[in-house]
Amino acid sequence: MAPHRRLCTFYLDRLWFGIAVERVHEVTRLPAITPVPLAAPAVAGLINLRGQIITVIDLRRRLGFEERPAGMLPVNVVARSGNATVGLLVDEIGEVVEAPESSHEIAPDNLPAQSRELVPGVYKLPDRLLHVLDLDMVVGGDGGEAQSGKALK
Amino acid sequence: MSTATDGMEEIIKEFLAESAEGLDRLDGNLVELEREPKSHERLGEIFRAVHTIKGSSGMLGYPKLESVAHAAENLLSGLRDGKLALHPALTSGLLAMVDALRELLNAIECTGGEGDGDYIPVVRVLEELLRNSAAPATVTGDLTDAVTENIQAAAGASVNKIRVDVGLLDRMMDLASELVLARNQTLQCTSLQTDGTLLGAAQRLKRVTTDMQETVMKARLQPIGSVWDKFHRLARDLALSCGKQVTVETEGSETELDRGLIEAIRDPLTHILRNAIDHGIETPEQRTRAGKTAAGHLRLRAFHLAGRVHIEISDDGAGINLERVRQRALERGLITPEQAAGMGERQLGELVFAPGFSTAEQVTNFSGRGVGLDVVKTNIERIGGVVDLRSVTGQGTTLQIKIPLTLAILPALIVSSGGQRFAIPQVNLVEVVRLEAGPGASPIERVYRAPVYRLRDRLLPLCFLDRELHFESSGAGDLYVAVLQAGAGQFGLVVDAVNDTEEIVVKPLGKELRAAACFAGAAILGDGQVVLILDVAGLAQLAGILADPRVQPLKQAAEPESERDPAAQSWLVFRGTAGSRFALPLSAVARLEEIPAESIERSAGWEVVQYRGEIMPLLRVARLFHEPEQERELLPVVVLRESGLSAGLVVNRIEDIVDELVGVRSDRQSDLLDGSAVIQERVADVLNLKNVLALARGASTSGAADGSV
Repeated sequence: MAPHRRLCTFYLDRLWFGIAVERVHEVTRLPAITPVPLAAPAVAGLINLRGQIITVIDLRRRLGFEERPAGMLPVNVVARSGNATVGLLVDEIGEVVEAPESSHEIAPDNLPAQSRELVPGVYKLPDRLLHVLDLDMVVGGDGGEAQSGKALK
Repeated sequence: MSTATDGMEEIIKEFLAESAEGLDRLDGNLVELEREPKSHERLGEIFRAVHTIKGSSGMLGYPKLESVAHAAENLLSGLRDGKLALHPALTSGLLAMVDALRELLNAIECTGGEGDGDYIPVVRVLEELLRNSAAPATVTGDLTDAVTENIQAAAGASVNKIRVDVGLLDRMMDLASELVLARNQTLQCTSLQTDGTLLGAAQRLKRVTTDMQETVMKARLQPIGSVWDKFHRLARDLALSCGKQVTVETEGSETELDRGLIEAIRDPLTHILRNAIDHGIETPEQRTRAGKTAAGHLRLRAFHLAGRVHIEISDDGAGINLERVRQRALERGLITPEQAAGMGERQLGELVFAPGFSTAEQVTNFSGRGVGLDVVKTNIERIGGVVDLRSVTGQGTTLQIKIPLTLAILPALIVSSGGQRFAIPQVNLVEVVRLEAGPGASPIERVYRAPVYRLRDRLLPLCFLDRELHFESSGAGDLYVAVLQAGAGQFGLVVDAVNDTEEIVVKPLGKELRAAACFAGAAILGDGQVVLILDVAGLAQLAGILADPRVQPLKQAAEPESERDPAAQSWLVFRGTAGSRFALPLSAVARLEEIPAESIERSAGWEVVQYRGEIMPLLRVARLFHEPEQERELLPVVVLRESGLSAGLVVNRIEDIVDELVGVRSDRQSDLLDGSAVIQERVADVLNLKNVLALARGASTSGAADGSV
């Protein structure tokens, strides 16, 4: 069997994203969140995850998408980046996908460099494209409101 | 096969960790031995450490390590048997041996092998010393026994100890606090239940959880000696390089504090030590001329007092030349000539902590201290501590540091602004003032555009938390001003509400949030919610208050003499019902509270309230001094606290807090009064705290049934 990569997938503004499954700790509903004034706009705030305080990043804002429509409750994906545990707010969680390495392609040239930092590649799955998110860049990058969303759409 | 290798790796790891500890103690012990060459105990400990390393390295197959340790052991046994006498060259040789061992252990830890360093010279030196140092016997006989006993004792002790990863301890701490939250929620639910079994279980859960949290905290404690052990060596090396002689004395090295704090004070303490030797202690010639011993004396002292760890570093050096400090500050433009003229010793001493004072080249040849002391101060303040400096010209300098017992737990005031809660560390908080919303003129005035508040006739710069953090304020209503201490200056932080004080467990912010300088960290409150902890200095900077650290704090220092005169005291002034005016030293006041009259209960004839989990006796000032009583729903209470005992003083109205030099005229009409004094140009009766508290103590212990006073 050809090499595969297991990705935990989720949706953001109807686009399909994935991160390596071994990075993901758990998926929760969003508990009470404490906003952090003056932080980068993408930082949704801090939550208490069983005694540990973790930073939650709103991926819609991080990727420069439109704000989540009112009434849509985000899902919190708890994942590990380096030594830090972070929460990622997504619209909806998908299944775990086994993506064949052969279907991987780096992000096309017409994607601006800024976006390619966060989404370095895609898997061409039979019916649709799965965007691969670079978690470390999402967490460690400048955290500002990236312009990439507009380019992705 | 792999298990065999794993086992071996474990053994080597254990050996490295143990040896590293042994070496740290060796440094200290060798320097101490130089001071008291006949100490059996020291020699025994040194011998034991080297002996252990030699034995283990032979067994594990590290020939270089073994040969160095072996040569050292021979030399040490010569000392032990009294065939050799200790002299500086010998000590240096032994210290070089320790360095060689450390290097080798390092190499083993990093590469797994002994590396390609050449240690034959060290061995040669040691052998040479053994041959040439033959001296009359000075050490008496029964040392060998002492050493053997020590070795056995050490072997016995190690059975009951294991090494625990620090990360694991931190995690345990997190989980313990989380358990406390779960417990609180459980207790809240069960308080509505009547099922006896459930209530019993909930109570047990409460007790066990508290015990567990305390136990985990204890597991994180380390003796301060683990930092100091290195200082003997450091002091010796530094003194040698400056051509000075220094002896180091330590007291209370078993004083325990949280390991996070140990790490945090390591650098500041090292810095202070360097300063003391470099600038404080004079050369042997200068010292002899001044009639002192040729060797300078450094004293490190640590002890627990009133829930804090006190650390004192004193030297018997030249002290700070305050005249030079005054001149230097004038030259640097830190103070005006008028200010300089009016400054007392204490204020001048504080100048060395001013940031502008520390830039290197101006002060290196400066005969006091001052190099980077602002950094020391900042670092200590960051962990909730305070630094105090006392210096007597010609006699030496003492730096006193007071830090909380644990880094992890911090008493904080919870405030809200714009609907969000924030925590202000209690150490930064001076007082809280309520600004009532009313039809009259706003109590907040403006100087140009800068908002200020008249606090006891002083203009206090203000900043609004909601505006600084860019969110909408909830608007009208009463406001509160938290008066905060940032460095030497004060400012007022305007918030919407003051909630409560809470002991919070400080957690650092993730690196993705570090940019926000106005937050010192985050914590989980009793209800499970996350709250941000305000960094007072960062906030002041953000708001542009105290922007020029060189000017603002010193304005403060140059206030009228009486304000900051060391003899001046802070007084709490309050009113009785019959127009009387009372004062008591602010230092005895723990808090000011308002308690609802209906919460007063009676115990053995005394009025008491439940206050922070204990029963606090109440004393009504009106009754104490036979004044008419007034029935009110909310009673202003001054909470006094001394040696673990609280008492509440019910007063008519709290008037003010004043800093004033007060002469108490002793015209006592009552045991409960010290006399009277003129405070703010009016007469006030000064309470005799001792007798008042003794009354309260009677209430809480004897249960005397003669009714409340």
